[in-house]
Amino acid sequence: MADFFMNTTLGILLVIVGQILLVVVPLLLALAFLMYADRKIWAAVMMRRGPNVVGVFGLLQSFADFGKYIVKEIVVPAGADKAVFFMAPMVTLVMSLIAWAVIPFNDGWVLSNINVAILYVFAVSSLEVYGVIMGGWASNSKYPFLGSLRSAAQMISYEVSIGLIIIGVVISSGSLNFGEIVAAQDGSYGLLNWFWLPHFPMLILFFISALAETNRPPFDLPEAESELVAGYQVEYSSTPFLLFMIGELVAVVLMCALIALMFFGGWLSPIPGLPDGIFWMIAKMGLVFFFFSMVKAITPRYRYDQLMRLGWKVFLPFSLLWVVFVAFAAKFDWFWGVYARWTVGV
Amino acid sequence: MTQMDYTRAAKYFLLQDYWVAFKLGMKHFFRPKVTLNYPHEKGPLSPRFRGEHALRRYPNGEERCIACKLCEAVCPAQAITIDAEPREDGSRRTTRYDIDMTKCIYCGFCQEACPVDAIVEGPNFEFSTETREELFYDKDKLLANGDRWEGEIARNLELDAPYR
Repeated sequence: MADFFMNTTLGILLVIVGQILLVVVPLLLALAFLMYADRKIWAAVMMRRGPNVVGVFGLLQSFADFGKYIVKEIVVPAGADKAVFFMAPMVTLVMSLIAWAVIPFNDGWVLSNINVAILYVFAVSSLEVYGVIMGGWASNSKYPFLGSLRSAAQMISYEVSIGLIIIGVVISSGSLNFGEIVAAQDGSYGLLNWFWLPHFPMLILFFISALAETNRPPFDLPEAESELVAGYQVEYSSTPFLLFMIGELVAVVLMCALIALMFFGGWLSPIPGLPDGIFWMIAKMGLVFFFFSMVKAITPRYRYDQLMRLGWKVFLPFSLLWVVFVAFAAKFDWFWGVYARWTVGV
Repeated sequence: MTQMDYTRAAKYFLLQDYWVAFKLGMKHFFRPKVTLNYPHEKGPLSPRFRGEHALRRYPNGEERCIACKLCEAVCPAQAITIDAEPREDGSRRTTRYDIDMTKCIYCGFCQEACPVDAIVEGPNFEFSTETREELFYDKDKLLANGDRWEGEIARNLELDAPYR
């Protein structure tokens, strides 16, 4: 049996498919409840009840929505480019899902343990913008097109600062592999060893950039309900719309995972002495997701010029200076070497 | 170069607005909810509430309406149509009393105009239908409404009487 799974082509293929399902199925299940949590948190801040009819406390609301989306009619606009129109939501979903291949949930619990993991995530999440652009363009309608144009400019602007923020963390840990990055945050002081403390300004910047990158409020300009109706999603209905929505939420959860891994020590225990484990990772992702939801509830939408000014005139110079600072601090061992926690030989 | 406002700059970089907003959000997070579980819980209704129409009867079962057509005349939306002729016993009664509920604006003038309190707007507001035709009420439907809601209607009229 072991021989079949280790040495034959079919066996190895089955193992890979099994591993992928092991990540994707719990992820999508968790997503259903995260969507519910998102709506509940949003409702609670507005002193509403939120979904509470389907299932106990409305817990099955997302599954009811899922069923509803599936059985709706798919409407294709007359002037739409059909191939691109249907490819767009799939691109969004696939691009946000494949990034999970390199995200570890526990020590060694990762689909592909590659050296350039963080670079891979960065590259794949940059490709997500194609789904939005294709959707907006193929709809052959003005609001989707405006939405996708905004989205393209917005995502590209904030990717720049996200990249620079990642460089700071990478300099400190000396590796692009998430396992190594988490290992670099291990220490005898528990949560004080994690990168959120020395890299605190970058944590804030990364969080805000992640909001912009995933089109969450207050940077939801691509879909701005009140001005563009729903931006690039206007012409989408039924399952394609569902794919867009799932893709976006997967990207949000991916950002939660990135923040948990890079700044909050992934699966490491916050209190020295307690065992490390996957539950810490899940708890940290949940906490970050809570903040994502709260931001959605408490902020008004940014104006487009404010968004661009923030991206290019504040975040970019600030993160660039931070990279320089971290580089010097790491090289010359400033601050008792907190910026040079290399896990691999340099 | 103009003088820089350092306090403002510090607040901007420390995201002061957002921390305040977050605190406010968390304060409301645990407050009791203001929304009702609508189909299970309902808000209070005034005795003067103007809902679905009903034609009332006297306690002996005789219908109140005497076909004076004041409601038809006063109706600003012209939603009411009445035909009348004398009955075998000589009393004047309606042969047709239709209200087009899609035209009705629920102003309550018909109720005000009625000298015998026959046409009233009851407390029922949950009478949506799946087709438009079902909203063209005829005399049978209105009388049935009256029989169904008589208790509530009578109580509301009594409660409202001191203010008329």
